[in-house]
Amino acid sequence: MISIPSAFKISFRALRVNKMRSVLTMLGMIIGVGAVITMLAVGTGASMKIAEQISSMGSNLLIILPGSSTSGGVRAGAGSVPTLSVSDYEAILKECTSVEDAAPILNGIAQIVYSNQNWSTIVIGTTPGFLNVRDWPLDSGRAFTEQEVKTAAKVALLGQTVAGNLFSDANPVGQIIRIKNVPFIIIGTLSSKGQSTQGQDQDDTILIPVTTAQKKIFGTAFPGMVRIIMVKAKSSDDLIRAEIQLNTLLRQRHHISQKQDNDFTVRNLTQLMQTAEQSAKVMTLLLGAIASVSLIVGGIGIMNIMLVSVTERTREIGIRMSVGAKTWDIRMQFIIEAVSLSLMGGATGIIFGLAGSQMLTSLVGWPTIVSILSIVLAFSFSGFVGIFFGFYPAYKASLLDPIEALRYE
Amino acid sequence: MDMLIKVENITKIYRVGDVEVPAIRGVSFTIKSGEFVSIMGHSGSGKSTIMNILGCLDKPTEGSYMLDGVDTKNLARDQLADIRSRKIGFVFQGFNLLARTSALENVELPMFYSGVSVAERKRKSRYALSIVGLDDRGHHHPSQLSGGQQQRVAIARALVNNAPVILADEPTGNLDSKTSNEIMDLFTRLNRESNITIILVTHEEDIAKYSRRIIRFLDGLIVSDEKVKKAGRKK
Repeated sequence: MISIPSAFKISFRALRVNKMRSVLTMLGMIIGVGAVITMLAVGTGASMKIAEQISSMGSNLLIILPGSSTSGGVRAGAGSVPTLSVSDYEAILKECTSVEDAAPILNGIAQIVYSNQNWSTIVIGTTPGFLNVRDWPLDSGRAFTEQEVKTAAKVALLGQTVAGNLFSDANPVGQIIRIKNVPFIIIGTLSSKGQSTQGQDQDDTILIPVTTAQKKIFGTAFPGMVRIIMVKAKSSDDLIRAEIQLNTLLRQRHHISQKQDNDFTVRNLTQLMQTAEQSAKVMTLLLGAIASVSLIVGGIGIMNIMLVSVTERTREIGIRMSVGAKTWDIRMQFIIEAVSLSLMGGATGIIFGLAGSQMLTSLVGWPTIVSILSIVLAFSFSGFVGIFFGFYPAYKASLLDPIEALRYE
Repeated sequence: MDMLIKVENITKIYRVGDVEVPAIRGVSFTIKSGEFVSIMGHSGSGKSTIMNILGCLDKPTEGSYMLDGVDTKNLARDQLADIRSRKIGFVFQGFNLLARTSALENVELPMFYSGVSVAERKRKSRYALSIVGLDDRGHHHPSQLSGGQQQRVAIARALVNNAPVILADEPTGNLDSKTSNEIMDLFTRLNRESNITIILVTHEEDIAKYSRRIIRFLDGLIVSDEKVKKAGRKK
């Protein structure tokens, strides 16, 4: 049996003889592998971006919004009637077993002043649990305590954008700022979180105790009123259960009878985003599948050329048979030739795929991520295509009658 | 001397559609190791068919063919290929060298398929080229060699696996008479010095005279089988 290195040597010699033809045949594989890698990079980039947004929002997140109101037949939108309160939040923490943590939120826009600088930003009144619910670690200093919430202490945590605008490079911890002319001591800064799903700068914010926000900054329609309550479920499997528990609990607390609609809404944002991520993944698969059609077309090109090559080299095959080449010697020679074509095309295609992804990012601005897996996948698929489409021509060559092959002109 | 080749009652019938065309109609002969035999006949006499059968490129319709003690009757395609690689060296009228491939690599070709190491391949093919007197042409391609030189490369290729038999099918058919004589002298030398059995298919009496025995074919049958009387040549 012929050795593999010898078979490769013979193949490369044959491919060199018809350089132009070999390169053109390879082109099919180059385009195919390049397209698969680029398309997978686009798809992976898209789902990575969505995943990033999910994790920036906080994982396993449920948001409770106050309900709509109807007055004299005119229905206002969701959140128009304040119905949620801090005591709802406390009840949620106590009663809902699938909830890990929760945070009430009373927010609004306020002007902030530090020495001769001022800045308008979103002030969020909340509890220490907020940092856990949003998966938002501190950058420096400390978070405010339950005690400080209870006493409505005038302490604040600064988002990176606010800190940058008021203090530039200086350390803000320990400094005093004024929010709506109320002095607050800065006890810490938040780490950077980047853009939200809607493109808002999440770092342009200040956290203060919810009680302070209610009593000193924004005021409330009724004591303990909050705008929304964010809830973190124990795990993604607990999301639905937590949603049911929240609904039951709040209906009970708000005295809503069987026939009445909820005066609040529970939103499952994580699930929404996960659906989006799922569809991005399906999209990736679809793009990859469409691109791999071109790999198969490239394979057919290889088969075509190999069939021509076998016919052209009938006499050579006859000579090899007459000096003792066995069925598999001939078969291996032509399969290896086809595989060489497809693998060389595949290797070049990887370079084209990398360049193509890079170009899409820099020219069109799409996020692309070329995964090692997609490269390995496309390359090995090109090898498989070589074997698959190389087999028939090789099979045909190996079954030639040596006498007729020797006589072939 | 050993019976190297033993042919018994061989027939070969080709089927063209429904018509049966007999090419060989029952021939028997034996060839001993070290003989130099010519097979002669007109075209259509069956001499090429018997050559293909002797070379294990084709199988007889009936009858048996023993080569070096092996009955080839029930051998599969690959087993026949194995016999070709170990026992038989072919020399063709049209040389049948691989184009765009150096003389050395052409000579190496049979060893690709008989599992010889790279170093051994190089050594043996150089040695075989030196036997046919082409030491200095190893790196020339067939297109850079004369017809006689190409045929010498083909003979080196037939020698390189130390096959006991060389089958030469009209080896001088494409050569001028001077070169033909040189090639035939080379065969004679190989036969005498290395004791290689040589079977030659030809239709030229002058060429057949180099051998020591002539088997004549006519219409698929042997019409004569006799020793060559060497006038002025020592046996």
